[in-house]
Amino acid sequence: MTRLMKHRLFWPVFSLLALIVINTIARPQFIKITMRDGEFYGALIDILRNCAPLMLVALGMTLVIATRGIDLSVGAVMAVSGAVTLTIIDGSSSPGSTSTVLVAILAGIGVSLVLGLWNGFLVAVLDIQPIIATLVLMLAGRGVALLITDGFITTVNSEPLNFVATGYLFALPFALFIWLAAAAAIAIVERRTALGVLTEAVGINPEASRLAGVRSRGIILGAYVASGTLAGIAGIIYSSNIRAADANAAGDLIELYAILAVVLGGTSLMGGKFTIAGTVIGVLIIQTLDSTILFLGVSSAQSPVFFAIVVVIVVLIQSPRVHQWGRALTGGFRTRPGTEVRNDAEVTA
Amino acid sequence: MERPILELTGATVYFGADAALDGVDFRLFPGEVHSLMGENGAGKSTLIKAITGALQLTSGELRIDGEVMHFGSPHDAQEAGVRAVYQEIDLLPNISVAENISLGTEPRRFGLIDWKEMRERAHAVLADLGLDIDPASILGRHSLAVQQLVAIARAISTEARVLVLDEPTSSLDLDECAELFRVIRDLKERGVAIIFVSHFLDQVYEICDRVTVLRDGKLVGEYLTREFLRIDLVQAMLGRSAESLRARPRLHLADERSTEPFLSARAVSVGSGINDADVDMIEGEVLGVAGLLGSGRTELARALTGIDKLDGGIIRIQGTDESLGNPRSAISLGVVYSSENRRTEGILSELSVQENITLALQAERGVFRRIRPARQRELAMSWVDALDIRPPDLDRPAGTLSGGNQQKVLLARLLALSPRVLVLDEPTRGIDVGAKVEVQNLVGELADNGLSVMFISAELEEVLRVGNRVLIVQDGRILDTVPSEDLTADSLTALVARPEAV
Amino acid sequence: MSTTTVTAPRARLASYSRTFLDRHSSMMPTFAALLIFIALLIGAEMHFGNFLTPLNMSALLLNYAYLLILAVGMTFVIITGGIDLSVGSVMAFTGISCAKLLGEGYSAAVVIPAILLGGAAIGLLIGVLVQYFDVQPFIASLAGLFLARGLAFVVSLSSIRVENESVLWLQTTRWRFGEWYITPTGILALSVAAIGAFVLAFTRFGRTVYAVGGNEQSARLMGLNVARTKVLVYVISGVCGGLAGLVLTAYSGAGYPRNGIGTELDVIAAVVIGGTLLTGGTGYVLGSVIGVLVFATINTIIAYEGAEQAWTRIIIGLMLLMFIVVQRVIVVRSERRR
Repeated sequence: MTRLMKHRLFWPVFSLLALIVINTIARPQFIKITMRDGEFYGALIDILRNCAPLMLVALGMTLVIATRGIDLSVGAVMAVSGAVTLTIIDGSSSPGSTSTVLVAILAGIGVSLVLGLWNGFLVAVLDIQPIIATLVLMLAGRGVALLITDGFITTVNSEPLNFVATGYLFALPFALFIWLAAAAAIAIVERRTALGVLTEAVGINPEASRLAGVRSRGIILGAYVASGTLAGIAGIIYSSNIRAADANAAGDLIELYAILAVVLGGTSLMGGKFTIAGTVIGVLIIQTLDSTILFLGVSSAQSPVFFAIVVVIVVLIQSPRVHQWGRALTGGFRTRPGTEVRNDAEVTA
Repeated sequence: MERPILELTGATVYFGADAALDGVDFRLFPGEVHSLMGENGAGKSTLIKAITGALQLTSGELRIDGEVMHFGSPHDAQEAGVRAVYQEIDLLPNISVAENISLGTEPRRFGLIDWKEMRERAHAVLADLGLDIDPASILGRHSLAVQQLVAIARAISTEARVLVLDEPTSSLDLDECAELFRVIRDLKERGVAIIFVSHFLDQVYEICDRVTVLRDGKLVGEYLTREFLRIDLVQAMLGRSAESLRARPRLHLADERSTEPFLSARAVSVGSGINDADVDMIEGEVLGVAGLLGSGRTELARALTGIDKLDGGIIRIQGTDESLGNPRSAISLGVVYSSENRRTEGILSELSVQENITLALQAERGVFRRIRPARQRELAMSWVDALDIRPPDLDRPAGTLSGGNQQKVLLARLLALSPRVLVLDEPTRGIDVGAKVEVQNLVGELADNGLSVMFISAELEEVLRVGNRVLIVQDGRILDTVPSEDLTADSLTALVARPEAV
Repeated sequence: MSTTTVTAPRARLASYSRTFLDRHSSMMPTFAALLIFIALLIGAEMHFGNFLTPLNMSALLLNYAYLLILAVGMTFVIITGGIDLSVGSVMAFTGISCAKLLGEGYSAAVVIPAILLGGAAIGLLIGVLVQYFDVQPFIASLAGLFLARGLAFVVSLSSIRVENESVLWLQTTRWRFGEWYITPTGILALSVAAIGAFVLAFTRFGRTVYAVGGNEQSARLMGLNVARTKVLVYVISGVCGGLAGLVLTAYSGAGYPRNGIGTELDVIAAVVIGGTLLTGGTGYVLGSVIGVLVFATINTIIAYEGAEQAWTRIIIGLMLLMFIVVQRVIVVRSERRR
């Protein structure tokens, strides 16, 4: 079992390490972590901090993808939750008080949860294709966020809010603890309860699962609620970081990066088997790549070219055809019968 | 003898290290109906795929009319006059009947599709088959049986020299079968060579001139049907004594007929599928269900097990009214269902055998009460042993098992729930004869242990052999319930085929 | 006797409607979209009083010619059961390339084929990934989106004005019929739609597009050329992206690398509103034309009303929702019927 895990995560881990090594060779200060005023600083720390919004969104996306779904609305949900939270803080008499910020954050998360529930309702209860169902909110969500902020970028200066994205706890960024906690919570719930295997069952075949007595609807609904809620938290971290609610820019293209992270981590978009650890590594790869591109002096506007190349390479590595080529190439040197016959056995049946 | 239209010599196909087809010779003459027989995995579908260009031979030769051919795709085979109709209808539900018939060879004028000509052509072919439907209608709006006939219409619409019919009758009723056989005989007259694959021995004996038997990817032999006894055919397919087939596992009726039925349904209706059905299921008894496809047998099974919501009627379990709104509530009352569609509604192919076996039990316990991994293994292993699931590898993805073993995994999943009522919809469909017998015997044992089993099968002999009583379904209604001792295969066939409900 | 004469026509009517449904049930959503379009126009006219003017209607086509072109390409892709997220970025990439090349003095006769080829190349990449490497269309076209967007910024980080007369001619020429007018871009868009509709209905390639959307495996077994078709629909969508880039550059008189962010969603929404099922297999170019018109009308109404532009997206979202729920209901009903 452990060997299988290792096998599944081998390529993601290898890619991440390779990226780090390349970066370190190119600029040795990349690996350096310095201590200032009892807080750690460095490029690696930045990566761990800055990846928080993407990480949360990607974790939720993993659950949704495991149920054979997809959540395109995460960026819009981020915009809405940021708008709700900052509008409340902006409108309150004491924007600096911790309790105000807490209430505002809870309201933002609450709204996101409802939005997630809405997606889940469309997919699980009305049986609408996930891509289409979440497209609705993807389109309409930003409109709602713009209405909440009256079409302006709401800027807020609030110490407790700033702490969410930029604060430090135990010498490490607070945002790091948020995503670590989320990842750990999901991993524990999925693996220590039966949620993991039941989610996979639903993702592989919803009807067969229903016949086996699995509460498919509840599980699918839960995945979208989790995705919405996590996106909401991500939206708050994002807003906290720029100290503003920007309904247009918040979470722009994040759904695509999140999906990329999930796929990079080794979870198939076809649903079923999924891996939380893989997604975490996938996000770290994307964030490290982002930092690399920035370092190379490429304009951030041009960085999508690199991501396009990464996507192509990753999907090619996963593609059965390339595996065949690889086998044909290495087959001449060493033959290892029995490893690849599994899939073919199905064909004969 | 004349020259074969199609001839395979030394046909070999490898999947990885395994030979799916190993040095098989096969010949097909014009104007004959030739049956290809064998258990699942014997290599029938591989052979068909090689002939129809869906698959390439690793070695060996394929000759059409004496000429060596290399089919790179189904298209090449079709060019050479080899057409096929597969068991799972391979047509397109979203486009018109006429297009389904002629797509790929559609009539064109100036390179553009000539719709009028296409419809006329379709109309003619359909009329040939005795089918009067609007060629411009969308295929998906017709019943499965009609779709199957359209598939055959497609195959014969061009000058087919070789026609492959792979389980063409599985979704047809008796009349439609007779119609199909009439068409087959007609084609035969015209000199078309037909390969006919069917699990139904009756049909093989009715329509085929010659039969080629495969086993484990190798050729067993080629025989003339009229000189070949059934029992010999079965023996050739199994490669072992067919004793077990002749044995009737058990026939004694539950003695305590006076006991309250465990499950009793009254006036159950679901849509137009099943109407006003009364069923009593008694502990320790196998209730066979005989009926044609579309008779409502599956709808009945789904209604009793909470898969589909009832439109009317009540279901009592041990005397109390229960509303089985969904499979979960049925399962919690000990009523479980195994679908006829093993692949789409049964097995979770990417999950392991162990996960498949423990799934329903885990679902019943709920998300938060996980079965400990050690206990899961133990449980799964005990069922793998008890049902002789092969290979006995708990971590293997269930989708890689053979059909029969997948069926056993599904049974294990249900039995792990310790059910009181087991409803099995075609549990033996598409699995090899050996596994069939095992499943039949298992059903008997389960009933002996006090379960109440409903056994649905398209094979009437099987229903008769396994069931204590037989429920006859026709046109969405229950016609009669008869003790199986009072029935013979012929009398049951007569009942099932009775043209009109009284 | 008298009863039969009364029921006969009614029975015939019923049988006609049944025949019609059996043949054209997949057109129902398109009819619904048409009704909505008409209702929108009438409603807007009643509300504003000066909405249904030839000038307004002509502007509809002028302003949304690029969207119409993209929607035609997208219709091909979606009918095969795929999706192309790259269209907005391809439009930006080809648009900015067009402006840049023209600025460097190449003639339009060189530049236009070049950008169409550029669009086709990205489409080809997506198609090859989808067909030969089993990459899901969503992911493959996502790579296309990233690539084209990044390349747009590689070409130029800021907008480039276009001075080339033949390109500007596409936009500035107005052929008038009374108060109605049409520009070459409008004619281009309408021709693309007409060609698209024709190809889908009357060529083997077009029917193969539907076949692939119905069931790829079956289409292959029928001997149809599935691989070529699947690659080609993405190439077509890419070429449409290139054309849209040209039209948009002509329209705005400049190339801008940020053009068309999120346009893929507008295109998908318009296509779906027009009655094309995202699951593939059914859809019409004409439906997509209507979908684009509905989209354009809503946008225009909101501009007229002077309301927050945010409402456009909300309304389009809600309309999309309505459509997919209705489609879903139809599907559930027809499944029940069996």
